[in-house]
Amino acid sequence: MNKPLIKITVQSEDFSLADEYQLLAATPGCGAVLTFSGLVRDDGETALQALELEHYPGMTEQALTGIALLAIERFKVKAVTLIHRIGTLTPQQQIVLVGVASSHRSEAFSACEFIMDYLKTKAPLWKKQHLVTGSDWIAAKSTDAERAKRWDLT
Amino acid sequence: MIKILFFAALRERLQCRELELVIAQSCQVRDVLNQLQQQSEKWQQTFSEQQLLCARNQQICNLDTIVQPGDELAFFPPVTGG
Repeated sequence: MNKPLIKITVQSEDFSLADEYQLLAATPGCGAVLTFSGLVRDDGETALQALELEHYPGMTEQALTGIALLAIERFKVKAVTLIHRIGTLTPQQQIVLVGVASSHRSEAFSACEFIMDYLKTKAPLWKKQHLVTGSDWIAAKSTDAERAKRWDLT
Repeated sequence: MIKILFFAALRERLQCRELELVIAQSCQVRDVLNQLQQQSEKWQQTFSEQQLLCARNQQICNLDTIVQPGDELAFFPPVTGG
């Protein structure tokens, strides 16, 4: 069996979904490629101007690598790509990419969800929203914690 | 001496990104926290009001974790990435 491939990046620049897909699709023996991209959402009610993402350099990369390794071990996927953007982003811009290559679709779907749930509760990243009316730090959601619990993460 | 980092809302509230602190040979995170809180009323209040997480050498830890000179500690609010 080929060694699992892991790509972890924390960057301010945008990423290309097509390029990342191509890299994953080149994984030897893979029969399924799944990508998820998260965007800056403006639900219209808050008039979001921008989202600022802060992180803990070094620890973020370690945490993301840890989750990729866990996903590989747990779901036997062949490759994981995880890209998280930092800095100032505007509505509809891409924030995060999770990509998984595996033999079959079911483990790719599970691994992708697992990675997102873990990332949202464990990776040291914080969002500050800039609205027309002022700025504030977004509070952690209990629903995210509930979703992460499904995977028996402590 | 240890290095202590603060992030996000906590960093803004304390108006401090990073500081260095002299600690006893080895102590617990809770002792470091007590020492920080003694700095001023603002620090006292900030740490008691907010739900916080801590990390030792870039690994999530808890108040019982042992800290040694040369370590890097960090305090921050619950994370909101993704």
